[in-house]
Amino acid sequence: MSGTAARFNIFPTRMALTTMKNRLKGAHTGHSLLKRKSEALTRRFREIVKKIDDAKRKMGKIMQVANFSYAEVKYSAGDIGYQVRESVKTAQLKVKARSENVSGVQLPAFDLIVDGQNAFELTGLGRGGQQIGKCRDTYRKAIEVLVELASLQTAFVILDEVIKVTNRRVNAIEHVIIPKIENTIKFITAELDEADREEFFRLKKVQGKKKERQEVENQLQAKERAEREAAGIAVAESGDSGAANLLNEYEQDPDVIF
Amino acid sequence: MSLLQKDRSLIAVLGDEDSVTGILLAGTGHIDSKQKPNFLVVDAKTPLPKIEEAFQEFSKRKDVAIILITQQVADQIRELVDSYNQAFPTILEIPSKDHPYDPSKDSVLKRVQRLFGEEK
Repeated sequence: MSGTAARFNIFPTRMALTTMKNRLKGAHTGHSLLKRKSEALTRRFREIVKKIDDAKRKMGKIMQVANFSYAEVKYSAGDIGYQVRESVKTAQLKVKARSENVSGVQLPAFDLIVDGQNAFELTGLGRGGQQIGKCRDTYRKAIEVLVELASLQTAFVILDEVIKVTNRRVNAIEHVIIPKIENTIKFITAELDEADREEFFRLKKVQGKKKERQEVENQLQAKERAEREAAGIAVAESGDSGAANLLNEYEQDPDVIF
Repeated sequence: MSLLQKDRSLIAVLGDEDSVTGILLAGTGHIDSKQKPNFLVVDAKTPLPKIEEAFQEFSKRKDVAIILITQQVADQIRELVDSYNQAFPTILEIPSKDHPYDPSKDSVLKRVQRLFGEEK
């Protein structure tokens, strides 16, 4: 029974019962709210997964194009890798994080921002400048896609974590907290019923005792009375002329008739 | 958390020479005040510990928002990439020139597949 299952360690009173009932109501509300949150998040999650899938495919294509344009650069301008790597100073393409709110979860998203001057303005001045420019634009577009994909992926990781936590909480409420509260309520009710029965029994017992005592008294009285009666008869028998018939002497007169 | 994200603005690159050069050409390269670049060129002679070290360093840096890593390089340090589960910086596997993109190896796509079973 309630003794084996988990329950809160409280004293079974009517006040505790009310508190527990309120807590049960609260737990049910929380459960439904969390469940709804988890559903909303899961919906969002599936959307993101779909988008990631598309973006990954798009990325594959655009990277191919970008690599091809780099091959063109190599053909027309020679190997500029060393030159490019050495002239790196500060980033021109940067990302800026902003956050989006989905059911109370902050999902980050990256925006690509361009600031500062292009460090490779003079790269390919001798030859292949146009190809380099084209290649740069292609790569910039590719990076745009990559940044988009990165924000999706970050959202994916965060959502994954949040959904896990929410589901854990939903399950905890459903399978641990609510049964525990219900058990406690059962325990308190049982205990209160038990107390009621005890009280009833006690009253019965008191009544029974009272009755018993009354009976004994009655018997005693009856006995006394019987004894007294017996004694009275004896007295009456012994002193009948003296005490019982005080008027007898007057009754000897004849009745007066007017 | 949002404060942490605000500082993150760089895109780090790990990959073969051509991929890195292309991405740098677009203007993502950055050398900070300690003369540390935000990219690493990996070729056949690059030792594995160096790649691992660079990966760890990028993932610990507070100003890096995205780490681009070519799949070929990611395969070399697959253990590290797969066990990486932070939200920031984001790790993105990109295809390289001479290695076509294989979605089944991507650590995130793998996770997607694990979540949805055979659905995808």
